Amino acid sequence: MSFQISDKTYETDEEGYLANLSDWNPEVAEFMAKEDDCDLSDPHWEVINFLREYYEEYQIAPAVRVLTKAIGKKLGKDKGNSKYLYELFPYGPAKQACKYAGLPKPTGCV
Amino acid sequence: MQDGVKKFMYVNRRAPYGTVYALEGLEVILIGAAFDQYVSVAFIDDGVFQLKTGQDTGDSDMKNFSPTYRALGDYDVTKLYVEEESLQERGLTRDDLLDLTYEDEDDDYKEKSSIHIVSRAEMAELLEQQDVILNF
Repeated sequence: MSFQISDKTYETDEEGYLANLSDWNPEVAEFMAKEDDCDLSDPHWEVINFLREYYEEYQIAPAVRVLTKAIGKKLGKDKGNSKYLYELFPYGPAKQACKYAGLPKPTGCV
Repeated sequence: MQDGVKKFMYVNRRAPYGTVYALEGLEVILIGAAFDQYVSVAFIDDGVFQLKTGQDTGDSDMKNFSPTYRALGDYDVTKLYVEEESLQERGLTRDDLLDLTYEDEDDDYKEKSSIHIVSRAEMAELLEQQDVILNF
């Protein structure tokens, strides 16, 4: 599978996750979000950027409970809970946010 | 121990690259961490190389996944046993290993080391205590 933005083609796996991490740019996230009828606001970007940093450091996309805990630590308790994260990413914070962040599907997610 | 909770030990005996065992084993540990079992990980024989600092896979086709071991603490996998004799036989000491830590929720989130160096005899005892052993 693949999609196109301007003249560039982006390869994805069968679930729509970017095939090559290095292809990512903010436009990719905006495009994927639009496909899901989701408008990316600053709080969305906060999570997406957090995930990209986490991946950079640990080379994995964290499972949702690990993400929740880590967000709480970094961005504050009011953000480190499932309710807040599910409101931002109703398809599942780890899965949906990882997809927009250009990461593979989280390890430990089914 | 709670009902339904078993002692799982993942045993790593192979070098990190060259085969896919180490990476696959690590992924199984991370996935299995979701099931709230009592989990520990053993590093024996060439498996101790998995925790070596300064891994560089630039000349191979494999991703350097050693940073991922540092995420184990986030996944509540906090008991990593490394066999002392295996280190010695390979000219390694504790100082050659990654600094892996976790935050102890029961002790004011104090950062503690996840790595425990144990002798061969102690390792045998640990293996003896397990309900389930998975070899990689």
